[in-house]
Amino acid sequence: MSDKHSVGVVSPQRAHFAEPIQLASGATLAAYDLVYETYGRLNADRSNAVLVCHALSGSHHVAGHYADNPKNVGWWDNLVGPGKPLDTDKFFVVGVNNLGGCYGSTGPGSINPATGKPYGADFPVVTVEDWVESQARLADRLGINQWAAIIGGSLGGMQALQWSLEYPERVRHALVIASAPKLTAQNIAFNEVARQAILTDPDFHGGNYYEHGVVPARGLRLARMVGHITYLSDDQMGEKFGRQLREGVLKYNYDVDFEIESYLRYQGDKFAGFFDANTYLITTKALDYFDPARDFGGDLKAALARASAKFLLVSFTTDWRFAPERSREMVYALLHNNREVSYAEIDCNAGHDSFLLDDAQYHAVMGAYLHNIAV
Amino acid sequence: MTNNSLDRFDFDVIAKWIAPGERVLDLGCGDGSLLKFLAQARNTHGYGVDIDPANVLACVRNGVNVIQSNLEQGLAGFEDGFFDHAIMSLSLQTVHRTVPLLEELLRVGREAVVSFPNFGYWLHRQAILNGRMPVSKDLPYQWYDSPNVRFFTIADFQALCEEKGIAMRELKAFDEGKEVTEDPNFLASLAICRLGRD
Repeated sequence: MSDKHSVGVVSPQRAHFAEPIQLASGATLAAYDLVYETYGRLNADRSNAVLVCHALSGSHHVAGHYADNPKNVGWWDNLVGPGKPLDTDKFFVVGVNNLGGCYGSTGPGSINPATGKPYGADFPVVTVEDWVESQARLADRLGINQWAAIIGGSLGGMQALQWSLEYPERVRHALVIASAPKLTAQNIAFNEVARQAILTDPDFHGGNYYEHGVVPARGLRLARMVGHITYLSDDQMGEKFGRQLREGVLKYNYDVDFEIESYLRYQGDKFAGFFDANTYLITTKALDYFDPARDFGGDLKAALARASAKFLLVSFTTDWRFAPERSREMVYALLHNNREVSYAEIDCNAGHDSFLLDDAQYHAVMGAYLHNIAV
Repeated sequence: MTNNSLDRFDFDVIAKWIAPGERVLDLGCGDGSLLKFLAQARNTHGYGVDIDPANVLACVRNGVNVIQSNLEQGLAGFEDGFFDHAIMSLSLQTVHRTVPLLEELLRVGREAVVSFPNFGYWLHRQAILNGRMPVSKDLPYQWYDSPNVRFFTIADFQALCEEKGIAMRELKAFDEGKEVTEDPNFLASLAICRLGRD
């Protein structure tokens, strides 16, 4: 993609919220900051705003790059920009780092004003509902009464769905990509392995590792390695790595033999170098807890009756972490509530991570849907 | 699948069987033009189902609700009797599981509307007599590139409905867009019927 399709140089902004926020857990945060980025221009009647919600490791940096770091390109830059499927010539796009995050919004690594030390273990568990609530306050701050669309993949899709339930009148379209109405036992199991890796790292210090000047990098690295396996498909891993040996011969020791081991170690190390372990714990809990049907005896159709938005759902054939079947559950629940809903099942071999790629059919469907949104 | 290439006369026939404001399901909805037509003509609330990525994209472009799904795998996600009409416009002949799908149509729809090319059309019979597979306006494919997997006549379809206890409430037959009233199995190239359960 050439430069004319990039939003170019961007810079994050910060909003401070002094009014306390009551969280689903019962805890309260007295005040907090959210960092966010915007691309495009809010039109005069404020009808062209689109919120992009991030997944487990994402951030507010959705598109473009920073002046002092051109290599730091937004995580959904292939989707968002002038002339791209989410066209910033038409839409005013907002990316926000969620509460509890580690990219600038108030999170476990932030200073707790009550103690003068990082929150650490004292930072409350936050949920998808809490994120929606905090995002709604940001929308108020930006003068956005109603979003033209809310878009998210994976955990981001859960936020888009939750918005449509919590604030039906504030969402015209929800694009729920590679997502699910709740995690399966298998999904929770993977998250628990990731959490145990962090919680049992001797450098974790009960979550207060900041004051010990260490990070539980071993745990975070293992968590990311496990996660990474589940984001890829067996096919793609086979194609990309197969049984290729790193150095052509078996070593008969516990160093890297196979390319896949090298790849996972690299990904784990990279991630442990910048991501916050407490944020990882909180975010996996938010994933595990999300279940809008819980208050409706497990009846998803009843749970989604509140939504009034129009929906586009997209899944990917090789995604076994958020399988197409999970998207279909939402599709049928919406359809049987007489909601406008379309569903595309994209044939892509990259597993869960497909939603971040620029598969031609996927982006064509996204672009066509977004093109038809009147602003 | 082949909705795209159709003249509108069959849409008009179908629209006459649909009451204003009905909930309709179009299986094998192609680019969504029938659903778009019904929404305009009858203010219907519709959903299409298609497996072809190009058709799914075309529906999204056309602003028609579409669910990408394989009809051969049935309609398990749809509730009983949710739709007023379940429609298969020139798509029944493209699926292998004919009988289960017909039964599914009448499970999810109060009534079904099915249109299909008539293999018994005299020009088709003549082609066979001349030793060649028929190719016509309503059977526009060569034998080697046809999406059709079931080849049947109006009489075959009537016999199947009778055998399966499906009521054929109405049948309209056409030859190149002109209605045929006499001996449709011989003179009609296309049949459109309204099905139900008595």
